[in-house]
Amino acid sequence: MTISRRTLLSAAAASSALPLVRARAQGAPTIKIGVLNDQSGPYTNTGGVTSVICTKQAVEEFGNKGFNVEVISADHQNKPDLAVSIVRQWFDRDGVDMLLDVPTSSVALAVQGVVKEKNKVYLNVGAASAALTGEQCSPNFIHWCYDTYMLAKSTGGAMVKAGGTSWYFLTADYAFGKQLQSDTTALVNAAGGKVMGSSAYPFPGTTDFSSFLVQAQSSGAKVLGLCNAGGDTVNSIKQANEFGLNKSMKLAAMLMFITDVHALGLDVAQGLNLTESFYWNLNDRTRAFTNRVKPKTPNNWPNMIHAGCYSATLHYLKTCADMGAAEAKKDGVATVNRMKKMPVDDDCFGKTTIREDGRNLVPAYLFQVKTPAESKGPWDYYKTVVETPGNEAFRPLADGHCYFIKA
Amino acid sequence: MFGFSRAQSIAFLAMVALIVICPYVLYPVFLMRILCMALFACAFNLMIGYVGLLSFGHAAFFGMGSYIAAWTMKNWQVDAVVAIALGGLTGAALGLVLGYLAIRRSGIYFAMITLALAQMVYFFCLQAPFTGGEDGIQQVPRGTLFGVFDLSNDMTMYWVVAIIFILGFLMVHRIIHSPFGQVLKGIRENEPRAISLGYRTDDYKLIAFVLSCLIAGVAGGTKALVFGIATLTDVHYATSGEVVLMTLLGGLGTVFGPIMGATVVVSMENYLAQFGAWVTVTQGVIFMICVLAFRRGIIGEIGGYLRLAL
Repeated sequence: MTISRRTLLSAAAASSALPLVRARAQGAPTIKIGVLNDQSGPYTNTGGVTSVICTKQAVEEFGNKGFNVEVISADHQNKPDLAVSIVRQWFDRDGVDMLLDVPTSSVALAVQGVVKEKNKVYLNVGAASAALTGEQCSPNFIHWCYDTYMLAKSTGGAMVKAGGTSWYFLTADYAFGKQLQSDTTALVNAAGGKVMGSSAYPFPGTTDFSSFLVQAQSSGAKVLGLCNAGGDTVNSIKQANEFGLNKSMKLAAMLMFITDVHALGLDVAQGLNLTESFYWNLNDRTRAFTNRVKPKTPNNWPNMIHAGCYSATLHYLKTCADMGAAEAKKDGVATVNRMKKMPVDDDCFGKTTIREDGRNLVPAYLFQVKTPAESKGPWDYYKTVVETPGNEAFRPLADGHCYFIKA
Repeated sequence: MFGFSRAQSIAFLAMVALIVICPYVLYPVFLMRILCMALFACAFNLMIGYVGLLSFGHAAFFGMGSYIAAWTMKNWQVDAVVAIALGGLTGAALGLVLGYLAIRRSGIYFAMITLALAQMVYFFCLQAPFTGGEDGIQQVPRGTLFGVFDLSNDMTMYWVVAIIFILGFLMVHRIIHSPFGQVLKGIRENEPRAISLGYRTDDYKLIAFVLSCLIAGVAGGTKALVFGIATLTDVHYATSGEVVLMTLLGGLGTVFGPIMGATVVVSMENYLAQFGAWVTVTQGVIFMICVLAFRRGIIGEIGGYLRLAL
């Protein structure tokens, strides 16, 4: 046959349609999960690669229920604009259906609008801001395992009950620190405790906390509340230790994870009080989960964010199976509404429920870090002080001022 | 009319052609990010490349531009052009104040003063209520252009950004090749001589600084509309560092260098994001190779090879 321009054109058209035909022939729809977090900066250990591993663990355990599941991940380097650009690309070009993890409040809030605009599903695990289910809430959104209010409630309120009745705050002087301090103050007062004073230090850039620690020591308070995060918390704990503050006062870190305790070492961290919603050695189910995932991440055992990624993924996939993967891909709001209706049950957090505003009501545990003598094995760091049930640990629904909650 | 040489005209037409073709091949939001950063780098290049003053605080003007554009867009629902223009004017006004203080020194002292002033702006943004602290201004609507074009469509937004970029680029080019620009270059080469010829060099430097800040503010405002956010990242000193890097990588004192540098840096951030912890390592290695292999920057080297001023 002679090759005419027409045959060439039709051949080209046919070959460009080939991939489409093949994709359809495979039949089963693919659910795509995008894990977006910090993999090179300050939150590498609290989230990072271990979050991706735990997500994949959930996918693996879920098995094949008539649709394929694919997990992709990216490093947002804590830059909101980069995160928005990645997320838009994921939704528009790569066909991602569910966005997971997203630590750092500014980044978490920045992508909220994009997910809503594209009507996808957004399960935040890594970010602390309680505004995500409050003034900045969205019907496409669920906040999985903790927030600032719950940390304040558990560490602030429960510690008063456990005897820490007078408080002094060391606060990073910016919105996050101040918010944490005012939340905690309210809850300490509500529980019958009192606040003796506070020191606000310039953020970022403060590395020497000595003068603030001396003030705290002379205040006569029983508890020193650290309203800061990351490297600042680590530095202030180290210096409090050098000043012997941990002998005369109880230290309460308002935002800290077991991965941070591991980095500090028990010598320095012993006696510290903190709140998480998951600890690997809590019960048989959490131990079973940790044993399954441990071989894949031997140097970084799961904290509550990692467990949250596992739990959120599993519940999402169960919902997809329940409503049909094709339906779930079509409508993010419908999927999230279905997720809120279905009871959550997994090895990490047990049985929990998701409130209408997208708040997953997991129980909060106030832990105390063990002394080196008490610790019997690797990562044996916590003893439980008080458990706050999920329906008490979080901000009451009416106080959040979420726009789609009718008061 | 813009003082293009023959080679520069060809390069300019090639760039415009790329701007027109690329959105059909690559992701438009990613391209808009490149264009915003490229415009910012062009503004920075005006100072370092043609006045010889290294400003280490350009993020302050970029960031304030982005905050003001985002705030006015969100709270006053102004037209997109008005928001971007207000962003640019804020950049210029801030540039006038900070520049007035900074241009009295040169070299490392100028860099340190601009850095210090920019850090003050950063702390202001961290504490001021209207910026939303570390959460930033979120969910800014893109609005409409002249009340007609709906910018929520990515392609419409892209053409607007492309036009702003090309206008900004031509403005920088026009400044450089005007008699005013010749005086700036004269000051860069030999300031005492320029003074002895009767030029009030401080005035020239200040005007150049304000113009540079104006364009930086426009770039910031545009970026705020593209992404719907304005955050502390934009005013952080790391952004000032990044723009220095872009300009150095592309070629200091070349017209097209900053654009090439911005393209390389933003593409790396974007395409390496999936490799997790390796992003920063890979970036470092690539920069080392560039610094060792292309002393004059990518465009500077190409121009040197072709014996052309690009």
